[in-house]
Amino acid sequence: MPLTRKQEAYWRRNLTVSAALLTIWFVVSFVASFFARELNEFTVFGFPLGFYMAAQGSLIIYVFIVGYYAYCMNRLDREYGVDEEHR
Amino acid sequence: MRDVFDVSIRLRRYFTLYTGVFVALVLVLGVLEHFGLPPRWIGYSFLFLTIILYATIGVLARTANVSEYYVAGRRIPAIFNGMATGADWMSAASFMGLAGTLYLSGYQGLAYVMGWTGGYVLVALLLAPYLRRFGQYTIPDFLGERYGGNAARLVGVAAVVLASFVYVVAQIYGVGLITSRFVGLQFEVGVFVGLAGILVCSFLGGMRAVTWTQVAQYVILIVAYIVPVAMLSYKATGLPLPQFVYGEVLAKVEVLETRLFDDPAELEARRLYRERADAIYERILNLPDSLHEERQRLSQKINELKNGDARMRDIVVYERQRRELPQNADEARDRWDSAMHVAAERGATPTHHSTAYPGNDESERNLARVNFLALVFCLMLGTAALPHVLMRYYTTPTVREARNSVFWSLFFILLLYFTAPAYAVFAKFEIYSGVIGSSIAELPAWIAAWSKVGLVAIEDINGDGLLQLAELTLNPDVIVLATPEIAGLPYVISGLVAAGALAAALSTADGLLLTIAGALSHDVYYKIYRPQASTQWRLLVSKTLLLVVAVLGATVAAQKPASILFMVSWAFSIAAAAFFPALVCGIFWKRANRAGAVSGMLVGMLLTIYYLVRVQFDSIPWLGIHGIGMAPWFGIQSVSAGVWGVAAGFVTIVVVSLLTPPPARSIQEFVEQVRYPQMRV
Repeated sequence: MPLTRKQEAYWRRNLTVSAALLTIWFVVSFVASFFARELNEFTVFGFPLGFYMAAQGSLIIYVFIVGYYAYCMNRLDREYGVDEEHR
Repeated sequence: MRDVFDVSIRLRRYFTLYTGVFVALVLVLGVLEHFGLPPRWIGYSFLFLTIILYATIGVLARTANVSEYYVAGRRIPAIFNGMATGADWMSAASFMGLAGTLYLSGYQGLAYVMGWTGGYVLVALLLAPYLRRFGQYTIPDFLGERYGGNAARLVGVAAVVLASFVYVVAQIYGVGLITSRFVGLQFEVGVFVGLAGILVCSFLGGMRAVTWTQVAQYVILIVAYIVPVAMLSYKATGLPLPQFVYGEVLAKVEVLETRLFDDPAELEARRLYRERADAIYERILNLPDSLHEERQRLSQKINELKNGDARMRDIVVYERQRRELPQNADEARDRWDSAMHVAAERGATPTHHSTAYPGNDESERNLARVNFLALVFCLMLGTAALPHVLMRYYTTPTVREARNSVFWSLFFILLLYFTAPAYAVFAKFEIYSGVIGSSIAELPAWIAAWSKVGLVAIEDINGDGLLQLAELTLNPDVIVLATPEIAGLPYVISGLVAAGALAAALSTADGLLLTIAGALSHDVYYKIYRPQASTQWRLLVSKTLLLVVAVLGATVAAQKPASILFMVSWAFSIAAAAFFPALVCGIFWKRANRAGAVSGMLVGMLLTIYYLVRVQFDSIPWLGIHGIGMAPWFGIQSVSAGVWGVAAGFVTIVVVSLLTPPPARSIQEFVEQVRYPQMRV
């Protein structure tokens, strides 16, 4: 079956959300770690910042990314009337 | 949907009750200890009561239904699937080894903390919802359907077995260690007790039983992990929240480090270790003559002792040294080489706990940084590609629940990974402030207790009778295992830690065994070899294979293969290279075809194995291969071999797919089904 406009729009929005969140993931994981030495000059909650990011900061952000993705996609499903609970 | 919700509430009530009973059990044992229950009995109680508990769940959840057996009937609510994934994920290595690794390598060890959590972002965004919408049984299943034909499925099965078997052996090995240390069983007996513990869950009830056991195991392991360090934190700072207060303890550790590192006795001890390394290097250069000289020197010494009136005990020591000398020059080179590295490492200037990317000059620091990032990359992609984790997302009722479930998985996993760095810092503080610099004759009792089993070693190299930092060798496992004793807690807490470690090892082993048996029975036997097989027959084959793989794993573990623990970290690189490109391209790139995927998986996997074997080993004695070592490419360590494998895998899939005809229309429709929910137009 050929794809409908609606399906294409759904997929595009899925991709946009995923790409945005993956960018945050990349920055937190790799860019922040790359500059860990420089970040260690600062202190947050008594930790050197670079150490804090790797030990706790990035983990908190990961949970937010995954939670936000689930929230966003579940809302998108409802918006398109395809969520599994109202079938 | 309504009844799924009701079931979920009832389950929550059950598991709250269960947690209460478990805490009560710990308290009762604590009280009994106070009234004189011997430690051995506390160990037995924890070991057998928890295994009986798992067995009960296993028997209650027995099943003869294929869907129940492979994917728990797809009825696991998100939050419980999250807990089960947490237990599935956190292995003996996470539980026992991670805090110790962080203790030993400081900031550099955080690559594991980031890698093992950040991977779930990839699982959530790129894989879990799509695999759930596909809704079959195994990971090779997806590859087989997506790329068509048996080739992709078979390569997938090979990668599953390769990545999971070593892993499962390491878990069974871990069970053997825990039971032998805490209840004094013989190691081999412990391995088979552990095997029984694993089989009672997975054999009768498959995924359904394993899931509920894993939920129960998660509760035990997380309580056991957090309690001792919370008490240590209370002791050191007055607050039982180690995760939030270890920043100030870290600052104190830094002060202690600055003082200890430049202590004159410390400098002297390090110099002596460097001299020892140089001496061994000299000996390696003079092989094979030096081996001969060494033997003569020992013989001479023994004769001298025998002619004098030396004690028999001293003579025996030298005779053993002579007996244990390497047999030939090749063996001597291997053994002395590692001895030299150990000595050189202890002689090297130590690094502050929070220093990122240490090095003497800019290029060394850059190399450390590149390796850190490469390791994070491999661990993340490996996490997102390990079949026993991905399998778990087949078990949720809906795609929506699969998405929520990744969130809960990460949340529950986070509780442990948040705590691990705190463990390391608190243990370091206790050891640096209380142990280093004290007289070797008056060290705390836990050091003597753990040196007996070889996890702690002390050598007074400068002969001053005091313990210097360089003179203390700790096995990473000892940090978590000994923390209750370091903090001066009652033995019941040690028993709790042992039960937690056991839960971590058993739960991961269960998940892995089921994955291996599932891939062999479902993909090879049913899908390829006998598609007409009846349901009963399929389950019988699956259970038989489970038994065979489990016994095989236990047999290998009972040999105590030293390198196995090390090889576990390779599983991540292998899984990442074999699965990640093929899975992601399978979902996000319709043009990817069979030829591309099969060649990409093979190239990725083989390149990874080639790289890590040649960088890690110069020789494989049991195969009679010597001199195959090579210099790493751009200085990337073998543990991050997946960096090359993943890149090569992606490039191969793209290039080969573009050079060959696009996949059939039916395959493209399959991709659309995985991507889009059923839409009412």
